[in-house]
Parts: sequence; C-alpha cells; structure tokens
Amino acid sequence: MRTMNSNSRRIFLKGTLAGAALLCAGRKTEALAAAVEKSRVVVAHDALLRGSGSSVDPQRMLALLDRAMQSLFGHDDAWRKLVRPGETVSLKVNALGGRGISTNVQFVTAICERLQQAGVKPSDIVIWDRDSNELERAGFHITMGGDRVQCYGTDRVGYEDELAAYGSVGSRLSKILTQRSNVLINLPVLKDHDGAGVTIALKNMYGVIHNPNKYHPNGCNPYVADLNMLPEIRGKMRLNLCDATTAMYEGGPGFKPEHCWNANSLLASTDAVALDHTGWQIIERKRAEKGYKTLTAEQRSPSYIATAADAEHRLGTNDPKMISLVEV
Amino acid sequence: MFCELNAETGVKSPLDRRSFLKCALASGAALGISGVAQPAAGMPSGTASESEDDSRFVSEAKFYQKLPNRKIKCKLCPRECAVGDKERGYCGVRENRGGTYYTLVHSRVCAAHVDPVEKKPLFHYLPGTNAFSLATAGCNVNCKFCQNWEISQSRPEQVPGQYTPPQRVAELAKQNSCPTIAYTYSEPVVWSEFLMDAADAGHAAGIRSIVVSNGYMQEEALKAAYGKMDAVKIDLKSFSESYYRQVVTGQLKPVLDSLVTLRKMGKWTEIVYLVIPTLNDSDEEFRGLAQWIKANLGADVPLHFTQYHPEYLLKNLPITPVPTLERAKAIADAEGLHFVYIGNVPGHPEQNTYCPKCRKMLVERVGFTASQMLIRKSSCPFCQQPIPGVWHV
Repeated sequence: MRTMNSNSRRIFLKGTLAGAALLCAGRKTEALAAAVEKSRVVVAHDALLRGSGSSVDPQRMLALLDRAMQSLFGHDDAWRKLVRPGETVSLKVNALGGRGISTNVQFVTAICERLQQAGVKPSDIVIWDRDSNELERAGFHITMGGDRVQCYGTDRVGYEDELAAYGSVGSRLSKILTQRSNVLINLPVLKDHDGAGVTIALKNMYGVIHNPNKYHPNGCNPYVADLNMLPEIRGKMRLNLCDATTAMYEGGPGFKPEHCWNANSLLASTDAVALDHTGWQIIERKRAEKGYKTLTAEQRSPSYIATAADAEHRLGTNDPKMISLVEV
Repeated sequence: MFCELNAETGVKSPLDRRSFLKCALASGAALGISGVAQPAAGMPSGTASESEDDSRFVSEAKFYQKLPNRKIKCKLCPRECAVGDKERGYCGVRENRGGTYYTLVHSRVCAAHVDPVEKKPLFHYLPGTNAFSLATAGCNVNCKFCQNWEISQSRPEQVPGQYTPPQRVAELAKQNSCPTIAYTYSEPVVWSEFLMDAADAGHAAGIRSIVVSNGYMQEEALKAAYGKMDAVKIDLKSFSESYYRQVVTGQLKPVLDSLVTLRKMGKWTEIVYLVIPTLNDSDEEFRGLAQWIKANLGADVPLHFTQYHPEYLLKNLPITPVPTLERAKAIADAEGLHFVYIGNVPGHPEQNTYCPKCRKMLVERVGFTASQMLIRKSSCPFCQQPIPGVWHV
C-alpha cells in the first residue's frame, strides 16, 4: 500500500491549490471579460453625403451604411450574420414628420439592397409604420403583394385582438410585427420630442401599438421601457439603425425646419438604450451650440432611457463607461 | 336586437371583439345606420378612413388654448395635455394640426343601440323608456377594468365608424321611439363637440339627452357640454386618490368637483360606484363616500353599487361577491342616503326603488326593465313623500 509522506502531501496540496487558483483565475478572467463587455455604438458620418445638393446621394448613402455595419460587427459580411434567407424582415421606420424629418427613403433603400444581397427575398421585406398615408407623405411608395419589397402601414392589416402587457403597458400590437416579421430592424430618426425629451430608437416602438397616446404622461416614463419589454418586440429586435442624415434639436416631434440640421450621419447599435443615450448627447450638444437650454434644464430629460437600463428592464446600458462609442 | 354593452356600469359584456363588431353592425343596420361598425373586408379591426372621408369627422375642437410654436393646451379635461404639432392628446381623438386643435370624432359613430334607460343605469329618469345610445372612439382615462376598451381605448381610425351627423342622430332616436339620446359606452367627455350639437338637434326635435360619463372634465367644458343634458350619470370609480392614480389613470378631486358643479347646475345626477374586491371595497371608503355625497350633494342622489367582472387589464380578481355589495349598501343607508341600489345582480331586490318614508316599493325592476312604476306626480302614491327624479315624459 502506497502512502503519501508529509512532503509529498505538501506538494500535492500545493499543486492542488495552484490548479484551483488557476481555474479560478481562468473563470475570473472570463467573468471579467463578460462584465466589461461594452455596448458598441457606431456613429458614421459623411460630410459629403449630399454632394452639392440638398438630397442624399444614394451611392454615398450605401457606402455610409456599409461603413457603419462594418464597424459595428467587425466584418464585411454583417448582413449575412444578421439575417438568413427565408426570414421575414420588417423595417420599422418613423414617418410621422413627413418628408422633412422622417426616416430617409434613400437610407431605407440602401438597407433593402443589402438585405437582398444577403439572400432575403424582396417580398420578405416590409417597410412599415402605423399609417400608410404617413408613409406616402414621407416619400415611400405603398406596395402590398407581388414580389417587390413591401411597404404599408398597420392601417392596412390592423392590430392583434389580444392585448400584450408588461408593467404599465397594455396594448394591441401591429400584425406586421406579429405576423409578418421574424426579424425587426428599427430605423428611427434623431429628434427632439416636446414631451419625452428625445425620440430615437426606444420610443420608435410607439408606432407598433394601437394606443401610443396613453403613454405620453410623465415624459413617457416608464412606458417606453415597459413597451420595449414586450416579448414580440424584444425577441425580434436585432438591430437599430438611426437615420441622422437630418436631425432635429428642438420643437419635435413635428417637422420644424428651423430646428433641423444636416447631421449627415447614421447611428448603429444592437443596444437601443446605448444608442438612445448617445443620440441624446448629440442633441444636447447641438442645443448648446444653438444656445438652447439642456433638456434637463427644461425639465424634459429623457428619463425613460435610464429606466430601460435599470435592473428591472435591462434593455441595455446608459452608462457612458459601458458604451464603446466608435466614430467612423 | 340589443348588445350587452356597458362600459360605465361594469356590466359584464359577453361579447368578444369580433362579436361586438358583428353585433354593432347588426344593431346599426337595424337602427337604420347602414354600415355602422362594418369592418372592411379581411380587416376585423378595420379603419373608418378606408370607407369614409375622414374630413367629414374633423372639426376644430372647443376648449383649448393656443401656445407658441404651434403647440396647444387642451382645456377639456384636467389632464390639460400640451400637444405638439401632429400629435394627439391622451384621449387619442383630438389632434394638433399646425397649431389648431381638432376633434376627429364629430359625427363618427362607432356604436349605436337602443337600450333601456335602466341600463345606463339611470333609475330616477323616465323608467321604462328607451334611449338611443351611441358612442365614438376614445376616452380620457384608462381604467384597468374597462368593459368597452375595444372602442374606448382605440383611436377613431382603428374602429369602424359611420358618419352620423347630429340631425341624423335625432331622426334615428325618433324613428326608434326613444324619448332620449344617450351618449355612452366610451367617454363622452372627449367627444363633447358632437354631444353638444347632437343634444341641440335632439332638443329641436323634442328628444332629450343624457350622458354617461366619468366626470373627469374641466368646469367650463362641463358647464357648456353637460349644461345641455337632461340627466347625467357619473362613474365615481373610487373614493381614493391613489386608486384613481393607479387604476384609473386620473384624479378623484376633479370628479368630485364636477359632481358639485352638476348639483349647482340643477342637473339630475346619479352616481355609479363599481366595487372591485380588495381595491375599493373597504368599509372606510364606502362610509367616506356616503358621507361626502350626503354633505355635498344631498341624501336624495341615487347611488348604485355595481358588480365588477374581470376584463381588460384587470383579470386577476374575482367577481364582486354580492355580500360585499350588500355591505356597501348597508353602510350608505346607515349614513342616511335615501336611494342606494345594487347593480349588475339580476333579480336582487335592491334594484327596486322604495319610498324612503313608508318603505313601500315604488318601481320594480326585472333585469333592465321597469316592470312596475307606481310613482305619481313625482310622489309616493302611498304616503305622498316626494320622490326626486325625472319621472314622466
């Protein structure tokens, strides 16, 4: 029978402890890496996006989109990683502000082109908002049926009969989201909002429900965060691409040309909270530049962004230290 | 062909959304409103805008104030929504277009039925008669227990509507032998302009008007709109501010103020209190309510304690037990109120009206009908005690 002398026992214990320490260290390193993983927000800018004219140049728009996606996902094949052939992809635009301050048609066209190149059939792509007339006023052409990219409002198909509820929110969801979307890509604009402070990615989901008017009190807080918790939204949302080709720093959400500027930018992130926080800061900087008070000073800072990041919601981060801001 | 539809009293609607729309269509057709609530093909929740010219329903709102930068402040209800251009108020049926505020629901009827007036419920107003009852979409609160949320919590374009201008409303009431038009089902506060015009048209044709409302309204608007009414039923949803804030998304104080104003205006008013287990059913709340009514409105104001049925966003509580309603009534009786009723409980003897002096039964009710009406010249025929109300056409 072999026995372990005290010396070898010491060596054994030492080795065991060292191994355990190594294992722990390994786990700790992994945990640390996970803990410090930041939300990436890309701000892509092209000063010459409009060339010498006032409208966006389609080719430069496409190049700007590619730059944003490449930077966000770290490779050139981002769209193929994001969507698969056979999936139905819905592009939730914001068409409230007419041609002046709605999601840019050239921007959406560029996205549709890349989606098709990634293998998504045109008829599996739906550009949508709540109302077809608003979409038309924003410059989109309504298309239902056939093999082209689809474009229509919820008014054409209606809302689900059943309520979807979370926290303070109980709403009927657009059938475009529930029945026509495997993948939701959020395409908001960057603008001021007289009640909510700003309206960017999170608040764009107000266009998904039948009763957004019920959720404007108290600066839309906690309604925006609660709405984004609905499984149909949270589960399908894969990307937020904010159109900041034209942005608005005051007087929103309706179009106020005197408060708009050609930001010639796109904001991209998979974290809507981080994107909203970043967009808010961009609006604040422009407000300061134009001599306006901060939204906080006007008592309309977008507090719903912090709620979306809190322990109950965990929809993303609003902590600047946890946001990796990349400007390209 | 009556649909069981009653948002205000909490009468359980046996209808799901599809059934409601189907029923509304059938009723509308039967009432001569062709196309009321008719959904577009393949679109159960279809929009009026596809079948109707939206501009016909749009007129400048009353009760608002213009602000700089094309904003407005609504002065219709205590919420006082500050509404930016292209935005709507909380009610969803009033929209700022370029700095002018518009109602989107004038003459936009989404439900129309002939109901017994007892169904509102108004028990001291022309018992045994029918009311031509109508609604548009919209509401200025968001009660978690709403029985008619499909229309009250929708925007007008989300529910089928039919152009029914005030004159037509009066004609339809007359054609259906209704001495009264009732503005009900959703929240008439938010369609005050239509209500006022319809009441004028009705009065010109000899038809009265009543409103079933939450009373959450500013005083000036209340006087202007409900001043045209012949009777008012107010849903006092609780006697607690916290309940109003959490369950109703409103405030108690303005509703109490409205009741006092209506009293001063001399409007015949009845109060409904929907009793919801654990939320507004304490002895203290019943007692406080009864004491406030007696002190501020008088002992003769009818008070209806009605039974709650699970619906909308409040489905986790049981139907109100009848003994709870009886306890509420006993407390209100003990505080000295003369006409305390129990509602939504078919066959309950406290649906009847009794003389507060000799205790004899004066009006017997079976379901929503008055099967016996003994009041003569607004008095008890047995002891001549005056019985307050509007008893005769």
